Amino acid sequence: MYDVTVIGAGVTGSAIARELSKYEYNVLVLEKNSDVCEGTSKANSGIVHAGFDAKPGSMMARMNVRGNQMMEQLSKDLDFSFRRNGSMVLCFDENDLGKLEALLEKGKKNGVPGLRILSKEEAKEMEPNLTDDMAAALFAPTGGIVCPFGLTIAMAENACENGVQFQLNTEVNNVVRRDDSYVLETDRGEIETKIVINAAGVYADRFHNMVSDDKMEIIPRKGEYCLMDKKVGTFVNSTIFQLPTIYGKGVLVTPTVHGNLLAGPTAVDIEDKENTQTTGDGLAELMKKVQISTPGIPLRQTITSFTGLRAHWTEHEFLIKEVEEAPGFIDVAGIESPGLTSAPAIGEYVAELVQGIMPMGKKENFKATRKGIPNVAEASFEERQELIRKNPAYANVICRCEVVTEGEIMDAIHRPLGATTVDGVKRRTRAGMGRCQAGFCAPKTVEILARELGKDVSEITKSGEGSNYLTGYNKEDL
Amino acid sequence: MKIVDIAIIGGGPAGLAAAVAAREEGVQNILIIERDNELGGILNQCIHNGFGLHTFKEELTGPEYAGRYIEKVKEMEIPYLLHTIVIDIADNKVITVMNKEQGMFQIEAKAVILAMGCRERSRGALNIPGYRPAGIYSSGTAQRYVNMEGRMPGRKVVILGSGDIGLIMARRMTLEGAEVKVVAELMPYSGGLKRNIVQCLDDFGIPLKLSHTVVDIKGKKRVEGVTLAKVDENRRPIPGTEEFYECDTLLLSCGLIPENEISSQMGVELNPVTSGPVVNESLETNVEGVFACGNVLHVHDLVDYVSEEAKKAGENAAAYVQGSLKENRRQIPLKGENGVRYTVPCSIDVGRMEEKQVVRFRVGNVYKDKYLCIYYNDECISRKKKRVMAPGEMEQVILLKSKLEEHGDLERITIRLEEA
Repeated sequence: MYDVTVIGAGVTGSAIARELSKYEYNVLVLEKNSDVCEGTSKANSGIVHAGFDAKPGSMMARMNVRGNQMMEQLSKDLDFSFRRNGSMVLCFDENDLGKLEALLEKGKKNGVPGLRILSKEEAKEMEPNLTDDMAAALFAPTGGIVCPFGLTIAMAENACENGVQFQLNTEVNNVVRRDDSYVLETDRGEIETKIVINAAGVYADRFHNMVSDDKMEIIPRKGEYCLMDKKVGTFVNSTIFQLPTIYGKGVLVTPTVHGNLLAGPTAVDIEDKENTQTTGDGLAELMKKVQISTPGIPLRQTITSFTGLRAHWTEHEFLIKEVEEAPGFIDVAGIESPGLTSAPAIGEYVAELVQGIMPMGKKENFKATRKGIPNVAEASFEERQELIRKNPAYANVICRCEVVTEGEIMDAIHRPLGATTVDGVKRRTRAGMGRCQAGFCAPKTVEILARELGKDVSEITKSGEGSNYLTGYNKEDL
Repeated sequence: MKIVDIAIIGGGPAGLAAAVAAREEGVQNILIIERDNELGGILNQCIHNGFGLHTFKEELTGPEYAGRYIEKVKEMEIPYLLHTIVIDIADNKVITVMNKEQGMFQIEAKAVILAMGCRERSRGALNIPGYRPAGIYSSGTAQRYVNMEGRMPGRKVVILGSGDIGLIMARRMTLEGAEVKVVAELMPYSGGLKRNIVQCLDDFGIPLKLSHTVVDIKGKKRVEGVTLAKVDENRRPIPGTEEFYECDTLLLSCGLIPENEISSQMGVELNPVTSGPVVNESLETNVEGVFACGNVLHVHDLVDYVSEEAKKAGENAAAYVQGSLKENRRQIPLKGENGVRYTVPCSIDVGRMEEKQVVRFRVGNVYKDKYLCIYYNDECISRKKKRVMAPGEMEQVILLKSKLEEHGDLERITIRLEEA
């Protein structure tokens, strides 16, 4: 019997797991996919929001501002990429200046530091590629960018090192209350737990509705993105948002923490919770909208496009609380933007809720820090030489575009919660994330995975069961 | 620090031919730096025939063609490093490299020959909508799996793009037991060689759908099918023309991009049309003593032309380190227009050029019965009827030094297509 079982190993579930691992709880995380960070957490803007957008007094506002405050120290403790690049909200029409002021006021109420309105000239001096057709901008110096994979994987690994068990490839089909505990019926058998934490992203409504008569609905809100080459990564320095206009909610353009340029997301409510396909119309709309902020944006430098699904609750608020008629079942639902920013704060808050239900002492040997995989591409000449002295595989470059070595890929595989798929290697090392999009390195990564995991190359997948790269041997079907 | 006269970046057909030529010119201290585990480059996976008709007057496979040059390099004892990656070339020609055996170290070169080849345009760069499952490969990746590892990347295949590698793979996959359903090409003409369309598609009954593209990819884990649609003259899909093809694999053959990341980092100016360096008659870039040849310079149709070009780069680099390359005095700009997309070289110094200067280029569309014209300033000095020209095939004209010398006031040379 587990003390706590978390359903979902996205950024929220991983943050909760890490916070809980500070205590003497016996914690299990269940994930239906083959890796952590496989849902909404892998396909979003990677923004650490300042916190001016959320409704004052809301859980969203509280978690956002706190999460933003926590991110910097956390990035040092857990060794993931984070940068405070500042963010701007562009106002295109003099008539909308009132809305910009209102946003400023809201931000102040939420406790966001340093907010100020920039004139068009001031904004353009900071960001020369902004449109001339703008009136003013709200600037938030505490806005930042983070690697969403880096954040999620770092927290999950650290939780794992501190004793949390992760069971991947396990789908929960039903939640049944039995005496003072819950039985989770999964495709790999039953799991008994005293406390359940529902961090299932777009599926959170499904689990909530299994234990509550007060039904809820999480709507997958689809957002399409274009990611551009590092060559044009400095096109903007801060994250550029658009003030919503009569033409609808805007899109953003931002550098990523790894130096690419990212534009997105569109916003379309859909029904299928697995529908992560990009569409011609969606990408066309995105391209049109992003040119409102930055007419010269080099969209031709796009290296990939992708779709993410936000877990949108009809109330547009984070639902983080114990379900009334289901003691010990905690919902962490509706975690859409600013969910990535809020995750560390949500982790902290949920750990308090768990403490309230079932108090437990702190672990004496909790390991608060974690060292990531060495980054050969960003290492200095001397650091590289040192790494290569330790393991010559750090000199064997597998992914040319991002300069990722065999040594880093081997690390990614052998770490706690190590990669077992090509996507897993990609998210841990950036191998295949560059301009050739794995054209050259995928076969080599497959080979290294097979060798290190003691499998045949045909068993290696892109992202879990059914996504194999190879279908057989030559002439087999003749 | 290790010091060499000529460092050659890349041990594929261009690098090999450049090395052999430089050695023949008497340069002893040459080093070829190759990132893969053997010399030969992408030719090693091109096991089909059709190579070498110009160079060796016989038909060879890719590995055989590469083998001829590898043998020469070994006979001449030209030093080379394998599985060694160039991290950076500084503008003073100090090259930082690393490999498993020697770790990271630097090499100082008097001259550098860029011969890194090209990469394939990815699905992302094409912005094809749909899911992102396994089963989407560039044709070159599929070629590597099938030809070098004996593994099949799929059973039922749709190919987007009619570049030569895609056409070759249509035949290869069919011969290895896959069902190739269709080749779709966005443009109203093929991007590949005519002979490949005949030998790789027509002979196997594989349909080629011109003016078609992929508008959707189905399948969350592995490709389950793709939707093709016809496109209008602006290359936009026409609603109502969608056709679904059930398949587990989508191969892409939609163009090659010269790999010039390290070139541009060292300050080499690139031509936006070719994505390759801007070079003069000596195949020298704007950085003195840095030469370029092969697919890193511009994408070739035949390897024979790569060898020919690389030989010149090798000879000129040799002359440069020996101090016999004439001083660069006056570069006359050379450009293509009206259907001629680019030229290599981009400028000519009459004092430096050889008696015959080959100028290579590609056209931007399929042209029939057009006149290929050469202009010195505003004067048309040559006008030749070409029955057919297509983007898939490289074209050339030859400029004569003696003729250029007659025009002392030459400000520009233009190559263009004109109506009858």
